[in-house]
Amino acid sequence: MRIRDRFAKTEARVAPYAFVSPFFIVFAIFGLFPLLYTAWVSLHDWSLLAGDQGYVGFANYRELFHDSDFWRALTNTVGIFLLATIPQLILATVLAQVLNARLRARTFWRMGVLLPNVTSVAAVGIIFGLIFSRDYGVVNWGLGHLGVNPIDWQGHRWSSWIAISVMVDWRWTGYNALILLASLQSVPKELYEAARIDGASAWRQFWSITVPMLRPTIIFVSIVATIGGIQLFTEPLLFGSGVNAISGGNSSQYQTVAMYLVQQAFTGQRFGYASTVAWVLFLIIAVFAVINVALLRRIKSVE
Amino acid sequence: MNRTQRIAAAAASALVVGVLAAGCGGSGSDSEGSGGKDVTLRVNLFGQFGYKDLYKQFEADHPGVKIVETAEGDLGKYNTKLSQQIAANASAGDVVAIEEGQTVNFLQAADKFVNLQDHGYDKLKDAYLPYVANATTSADGKTTIGLGTDVGGLAMCYRRDLFEKAGLPTDRDEVAKLWPTWDDFIATGEKFTTGIKDDKIHFIDAATNVYNSILMQGGDETYFDRDNKLVVDSNPAVKNAWDLANKMIDAKLTAKVQAFTKEWNAGFKNGSFATIACPAWMTGYIKGQAGDNFTGKWDIATVPGGGGNWGGSWLAVPKSSKHQKEALELIKFLASEEGQMGAFKSEGRLPSLPALYDTPELKDAKNPYFNNAPIGQLFVAGARNLKPVYLGAKNVPVRDAFENVLRSVESGDRSESKGWPAAVKAAEKAAK
Repeated sequence: MRIRDRFAKTEARVAPYAFVSPFFIVFAIFGLFPLLYTAWVSLHDWSLLAGDQGYVGFANYRELFHDSDFWRALTNTVGIFLLATIPQLILATVLAQVLNARLRARTFWRMGVLLPNVTSVAAVGIIFGLIFSRDYGVVNWGLGHLGVNPIDWQGHRWSSWIAISVMVDWRWTGYNALILLASLQSVPKELYEAARIDGASAWRQFWSITVPMLRPTIIFVSIVATIGGIQLFTEPLLFGSGVNAISGGNSSQYQTVAMYLVQQAFTGQRFGYASTVAWVLFLIIAVFAVINVALLRRIKSVE
Repeated sequence: MNRTQRIAAAAASALVVGVLAAGCGGSGSDSEGSGGKDVTLRVNLFGQFGYKDLYKQFEADHPGVKIVETAEGDLGKYNTKLSQQIAANASAGDVVAIEEGQTVNFLQAADKFVNLQDHGYDKLKDAYLPYVANATTSADGKTTIGLGTDVGGLAMCYRRDLFEKAGLPTDRDEVAKLWPTWDDFIATGEKFTTGIKDDKIHFIDAATNVYNSILMQGGDETYFDRDNKLVVDSNPAVKNAWDLANKMIDAKLTAKVQAFTKEWNAGFKNGSFATIACPAWMTGYIKGQAGDNFTGKWDIATVPGGGGNWGGSWLAVPKSSKHQKEALELIKFLASEEGQMGAFKSEGRLPSLPALYDTPELKDAKNPYFNNAPIGQLFVAGARNLKPVYLGAKNVPVRDAFENVLRSVESGDRSESKGWPAAVKAAEKAAK
């Protein structure tokens, strides 16, 4: 065999791996290594500034299991996640349907729904913090006209959850609507025509054609929403303000797990314990993703 | 893809790469710095230190040196970021400010700062208030990480116009006579509330601010003893401050706003409180928040309980700095008599060099915004007898825990009787 041939053969064998390697190299450096290093740190009593104070085995995990603050943060996270994600996905699907209809200035509307997502999250947090402000907020001003007493939105658990959910939905509904719209456009028109001829109502068409055809996209959108929702950090952080906004309210009524993690690492200086929180958070997200897929599998697919 | 699309795609990806590169470069170092003559010093501060003119002067005296300041308004955020950078020994900048509550914390990482004792600290230290000179020195006495700039001191700022409306005296000496003790202060507050007849205007801003002020007056230890053992339960100073703060909540004297929040800032503009515990640096903050409309409406009297301290700062040079020599020169300049006087003039920050206390520039200093209050005399009297207060390494998380519980009592989420046990429990957890 000539050298050139042999080279060509090797190239054919190696080239595909070379082409995909950048992702794996980057992932190994920025994904896998931190993941493993965090696991290693989580087995130590590790102070952020004073450094490693010794190996403690699974003591951090045992402590976490009995840590009421962690469970409260988890409850908050799941609560806000459900309160935000369910209306968000429903709204996004409906919005996608509307955007798919013959509208005047269609591109304008389609780009318009993406605008909240382009806005910096810091700006959104500050604006919503003002909108839901106790003393001078526009929401309380509006409610005042309806005879409702001013609500301390930051002060109670339920009200803070609602306000943060609104913030999350404001940012992400349009984005999800666009993804759903893209997939909606690939649904063959014939299906709807056939359904109309058979006398199916618009509602029936939506449930029997649109939703099943969108299944893969809905799975994608809800998994992404789950990962984002369980890691929720910036919105609740900016919702509060002041020197220790990281505690998420006076009774940590809207502190999410991600905020608790940062609080333990940088206010509490407990780097090892924070790493434990990070790992448990990672496992929780994995569990939620699996539940997600299992639930959404039950949506019938169109053959 | 046709040609235009290809060009558009290439342009788009170039843009993305450019943006990413710029994003990464944001915290990077200056390229010419180490090799050539030009040096850019990055100074990381919290709040306003009033250094603008001093930088100009330093730059004029040191050709080739450029100073870039980053001022983070949120102290919590600042401390988090600085802890990260110091722990990673990277990108903390060339000069950083350390706040009073964080000194013990950063001393844990003393090896990540330039030791000032290797750079003539022995000759400098005697000029500072002893408390300021010792606060940034390690327990074994071998490492000093920060050079003191300002101290807080403590007075009480009050709104003359609101006091008048409520039928209270307005002259600062007479006002001071109203409240030699905190109990007198509460009694005055009750008189104010009945006099003002407006449930939108409160006597004080927040229970936590008076609570912290009383606690810092209480002696040489707060939450921790010098062995870093949590003593919240046994230190009477903590319980005393707690009880007094609860009395103020009971009497409905507080506006229930959290310090350093949007509500608090709005409270200055809307005039929703009549007094505020006032360290020297607070005068600059009030002026900035309340604005020109309130010129002459604020005034300053002595604080109940006599003297005290809230805040104060030190400047340090992280070891990760590539321009340590220039950075050391800069902090020595900023912490010198000239530098401290400059910060006093522009932001009202009280010097920590007692030699300055007797200069006419400070002694006769008046603040026109505060109805020409003699700020020099008011703050200096307290600062001279400043007692050092030891704050443990976990001071901030424990203080946060206490403040959170106190605020939950203030907002009515928790009853007063449940407050103290909850605070002690939260403190024990935070001290871990």
